[in-house]
Amino acid sequence: MSSYFTELFQYDFMRRAFLAVLIITPLLGILGTMIVHKKMAYFSDALGHSALTGIAIGVVCGISDTNLSMVLFAIVFAFLLNQINRKNLAATDTIISVFASCSTAIGLAILSRGGNFSKYSTILVGDILSITAREIGYLLAIFVVTIIFWCVAVNKLNAISIHASLAKSRNISVRLIEDIFAVIIALIVTLSIKWIGILLINALLILPAAASRNISDNMREYHLYAVIFSLFSGIVGLVVSYFTNVATGPMIVIIASVIYFATYFYGKRR
Amino acid sequence: MRRKIKPCGFHCIKMKDIGVSFGGQVVLEHVNLHIHCGSLTALIGRNGAGKSTLIKAILGEISHSGTITFSDTENGRIRKMKVGYVPQSLNLEANTPMDVYDLITSFRYDVPVFWKSKKCYQEIKEALAEFEADYLIDQPVGSLSGGELQRVLLSMAVMDNPNLLLLDEPVSGIDKNGMDLFYEKMDYLRRNYDMSIILISHDLDYVAKYADNVVLLDKTILAEGNPKEVFESDAFGHVFGNATYEYGNNVGHVREPMKKEAPYEAGYKGRKERENE
Repeated sequence: MSSYFTELFQYDFMRRAFLAVLIITPLLGILGTMIVHKKMAYFSDALGHSALTGIAIGVVCGISDTNLSMVLFAIVFAFLLNQINRKNLAATDTIISVFASCSTAIGLAILSRGGNFSKYSTILVGDILSITAREIGYLLAIFVVTIIFWCVAVNKLNAISIHASLAKSRNISVRLIEDIFAVIIALIVTLSIKWIGILLINALLILPAAASRNISDNMREYHLYAVIFSLFSGIVGLVVSYFTNVATGPMIVIIASVIYFATYFYGKRR
Repeated sequence: MRRKIKPCGFHCIKMKDIGVSFGGQVVLEHVNLHIHCGSLTALIGRNGAGKSTLIKAILGEISHSGTITFSDTENGRIRKMKVGYVPQSLNLEANTPMDVYDLITSFRYDVPVFWKSKKCYQEIKEALAEFEADYLIDQPVGSLSGGELQRVLLSMAVMDNPNLLLLDEPVSGIDKNGMDLFYEKMDYLRRNYDMSIILISHDLDYVAKYADNVVLLDKTILAEGNPKEVFESDAFGHVFGNATYEYGNNVGHVREPMKKEAPYEAGYKGRKERENE
């Protein structure tokens, strides 16, 4: 058994992928708690899809680092979605869907021009094995920023999700907190999309928190289980994908889904 | 235990010419109100009369014309008004992983909610005890009954000694026992804290018994005064029909100010005259 693991970690790319998983998954787990709480699953999904447009804009403008255009576009898109949300329209989910589909289509149209979309197909499913040390550094930086933001703002985010007017009456700056939260989601989604993939990023945001919700009674348990489930699916998914020669992102999501269903039935029996 | 301040009768909250309109439709206009500390004001009126809108305007949630000031007439300073608000219901699903400690910590404290602080826990427990709700502190919010949740929200609102407590239809989903308890608590609060209470109420029997100021609202103030005055007014008859009510003797319990002719306006004069009768 131990020889399996020495085999696993003798490769640099596996060591880097392992480090990346250790950083990304807890982060997605923590963010997920409030995304689920605030019923923003649509929101993060739409943000993920906006990444395609961001890359496309980068390509059209001739920016060498498409990461930059992707992050910037996602932040703009996040503000736009927040604005739509605030309008309190009855069909917010429909409108967000429209925007997401529209931006995905534009992105796909531009990137597939000339028939060389295959160049970008990794962005759809992700490839954590290709991460570089420098990119792990970026992830670490956003990790620190998010943890600080979380310690300061988690109470306020929770208060806003419980009752926005009540939060406002207690001098909580609802708009500011929501905007910062949206920007952080945009940053993390776009920075981890290369490794997890557009199709699966939202699953990793939602599944651990949703599973944790099935069995938690309070916020402490909610956070703790979400992080544990997320980390566990990440590590196990990576190891299993190595030995089964399957893409890592899907394997992580499969493990997370299994945990979700297990907690669902366990939670029902309680 | 926190300090309890006796109502002094010196503070007041003035609303001058409050008006609210949504997209050209006037919901409220020319609302002038004086609320004195230690008074319980009941807002009554038919559905859609603008009661909730007035509460929202005071909370600053919707824009309004006119001014709302909190003044401390004892030494002429204008201080910032602290408003406590008890919402009608919370935006929560039954399986939300949140207990009462989390709920109150989220609104009141900076200690992150995923980190349990003994000090906050103790403070919250004491505040809950005042409303006989301390046993609820570890219970999931989704499992509370309407009355329990309301006592929790009230404890939270009272925790930082607001000058004004706003309650938006608080009595939904509560049985008669709960109603009695609730109104007794309101009575206790305004007598023992430096606090005015504005309450949207539908139960006129309780209003008659406990409120010392009643405002009948329909776009603007139709009638205002003590329960007897308002309930016997013509406007009241138009809105609710005529019935007989048992009145409490809450009128004018606010202590008279010591100073001679302080610049109190009509609202206060009316109150003094009523008491002299």
